[in-house]
Amino acid sequence: MTRQLEIDGVSKRYGEIVALEGITFEVRAGEIFGLVGSNGAGKTTAMRIVLGVLAADAGAVRWDGRALGPDTRRKIGYMPEERGLYPRMKVAEQLVYLSRLHGMSAAAARASVDVWLERLAVAGRRDDDVIKLSLGNQQRVQLAAALVHDPEILVLDEPFSGLDPVAVDVMSGVLRNKAGSGVPVMFSSHQLDLVERLCDRVGIVRQGRMVAAGTVDELRAGGPEELIVTAPDAPPGWAAGLPGVTVVGQSNGSTRLSLVDGADDQAVLRAALATGPVHEFARSRPSLTDLFRHIVSAPAEGEPA
Amino acid sequence: MIWLIAGREIGTRLRSKAFRVATVVSVLILVGLALIAKLVGSGPSYQEVGITPAAAALTGSVTSTATAIKVDLHTHAVDEATGRAQVEDGKLDALLVTGTSPIQVVVKTDLDDGLQSVLQLVAQRTVLDQQVTELGGDPAKVAASIATAAVTVTPLTPPKNSNSQQLILGILTSVLIYMSLLLNGQAVAQGVVEEKTSRVVEIILATVRPWQLMVGKVLGLGAVGLIQVAVIALSGVAAGVATDAIDLHITAAFSTIAWLIVWFLLGYAAYSLAFAGVASLVSRQEEVAAVVTPVMMLLIVGYVIGISILPSNPDSGFVALLSLIPVFAPTLMPVRLALGVVPAWQAAVSLAGMIVVIPLLLWFASRIYSNAVLRSGARVRLRDAWRAA
Ligand SMILES: Nc1ncnc2c1ncn2[C@@H]1O[C@H](COP(=O)(O)OP(=O)(O)O)[C@@H](O)[C@H]1O
Ligand SMILES: [Mg+2]
Repeated sequence: MTRQLEIDGVSKRYGEIVALEGITFEVRAGEIFGLVGSNGAGKTTAMRIVLGVLAADAGAVRWDGRALGPDTRRKIGYMPEERGLYPRMKVAEQLVYLSRLHGMSAAAARASVDVWLERLAVAGRRDDDVIKLSLGNQQRVQLAAALVHDPEILVLDEPFSGLDPVAVDVMSGVLRNKAGSGVPVMFSSHQLDLVERLCDRVGIVRQGRMVAAGTVDELRAGGPEELIVTAPDAPPGWAAGLPGVTVVGQSNGSTRLSLVDGADDQAVLRAALATGPVHEFARSRPSLTDLFRHIVSAPAEGEPA
Repeated sequence: MIWLIAGREIGTRLRSKAFRVATVVSVLILVGLALIAKLVGSGPSYQEVGITPAAAALTGSVTSTATAIKVDLHTHAVDEATGRAQVEDGKLDALLVTGTSPIQVVVKTDLDDGLQSVLQLVAQRTVLDQQVTELGGDPAKVAASIATAAVTVTPLTPPKNSNSQQLILGILTSVLIYMSLLLNGQAVAQGVVEEKTSRVVEIILATVRPWQLMVGKVLGLGAVGLIQVAVIALSGVAAGVATDAIDLHITAAFSTIAWLIVWFLLGYAAYSLAFAGVASLVSRQEEVAAVVTPVMMLLIVGYVIGISILPSNPDSGFVALLSLIPVFAPTLMPVRLALGVVPAWQAAVSLAGMIVVIPLLLWFASRIYSNAVLRSGARVRLRDAWRAA
């Protein structure tokens, strides 16, 4: 069995506010796991508990079957949502310091810092104070801080927020690379297209629970199926009266319909043909974005735990 | 881990301009004070006495009498005209013009009291010698037997043994310990808040426990503070000794410094922990002043009481009592020690008090700090930080 990071029934409340309510999921070694959910869903809280920065009220975090202790935690690479470095400390010096806090020897730390500064294209700023760097470069240094100590596990809270497209590519490359070398990579993001492209598996968090988790295809297969009908001559509202059919959207002669179980799609096709030529008639799975909207907007009661 | 954190603090602090300037300025002030003391001449001042040829026979008697009654003077043989001119322009304080009674003395405006006594005795002695000679005695024999006459003193209360030298040391100790506790304590508070403001605390806390971060910071800044205090104190005493502004026995000077350092360490440990704890409640440098003020008031109260009461009343029972209480001990006890007015049991009680209080403060501050340091944004109330364990 591959090693995995397990988050098992973790709960956390801040006074009256319930941030996590028995959230459970796992991130396998070598996979990229995307955590999505609206603001306040509990993603940051979950990551902070994994890092031991916060203590859980209940539940456990395990790596390779063993409860995560301080020594293992030191091997996690972490990028907090609230970015932070010492503003008046030199880039290289700061990274060496941080890797040493993660347990590296001074010599190994210096060598690794050189490698990562080079790889992230900030080697030229190694002797500048962090505060003198552009925001983009500060982000790169922040990423370097999560990587220099050669982590066994990566936990990144919204690593893509505030990155320019080039940096997004650099970041994606680094995450793939790390996962490729057998590290479990877990990150949260609001950029669902990115999550869809990058992640092996995705978990959708809502109100402190994991409401859906799996590969993107698995999630989409579980979502409501849609019917795409392209009939250029069809007037608006052509499908409105059909039993069991709801119009989801219509643009450029293409109509997206959702059908209740057992609705007759052939009846839809006949209605479309009645308006003129039909160029496309296809079943389609929702995008992750649609799925996310669907799940997040679903009523709070009666959802899968 | 703690040493790694302390090491970073030491490096950062030693490179900080504010720190270097404060240290250099303190040293300069102390050296400057010593130099001023020398120039103003607070040291022993000599009476310059001119003696004309007519009064030359009195020279030996003036010198020996002055020594006997502890008046510092130098004699200069001058002729009368030169002597008068020198009295006029202040080079001489007095000029003896005649050698027999009545002794005539020329001064600019008036005669120094000490010198007056010397000359009075010399004049009486001259008359006495004449009388002894007339009665057929030997003035030298009489003088010798008079010299053996002595007074035995039995004090009923031992004298206050704090002289003006110790007073100076006491005041300097008071200022130095107050300044160093204040400055280093504030450095701790600012360091704590800087980590919160910059949010770097979250990645640090992913590797160490909060109390380790706090203790590492306190130790690092404390090590630098210790060196700073030692350098300032040593250079102050060295300057004082070199310029004769202080002429204490070397062991007295060093025991003052040793106590100063001990009390700096104890005071710093206690106050910096308190500063670290309260500073963790806020997230912005502008808010630091508000939370550290109560702690700072305790320091200030101790300092003000010390500096206003002790110099005039080193034996004050009120101050002695306060100096046994851990809150005020760091600002009062080293000053009293410098004044040399502390019975051993009092020193022991106040040391013991500190040794009990510091671990309690460590526990208290750690708890507050651990609960508050990750809560950025609005100021955390002390009560909430205490309870949310
Ligand atoms: N320090 C805190 N004190 C009180 N409530 C908090 C704190 N941190 C987070 N919360 C609350 O916990 C819930 C989950 O927050 P968070 O984990 O930050 O969500 P996400 O990262 O998914 O946006 C939110 O309702 C948030 O307001
Ligand atoms: Mg978040």
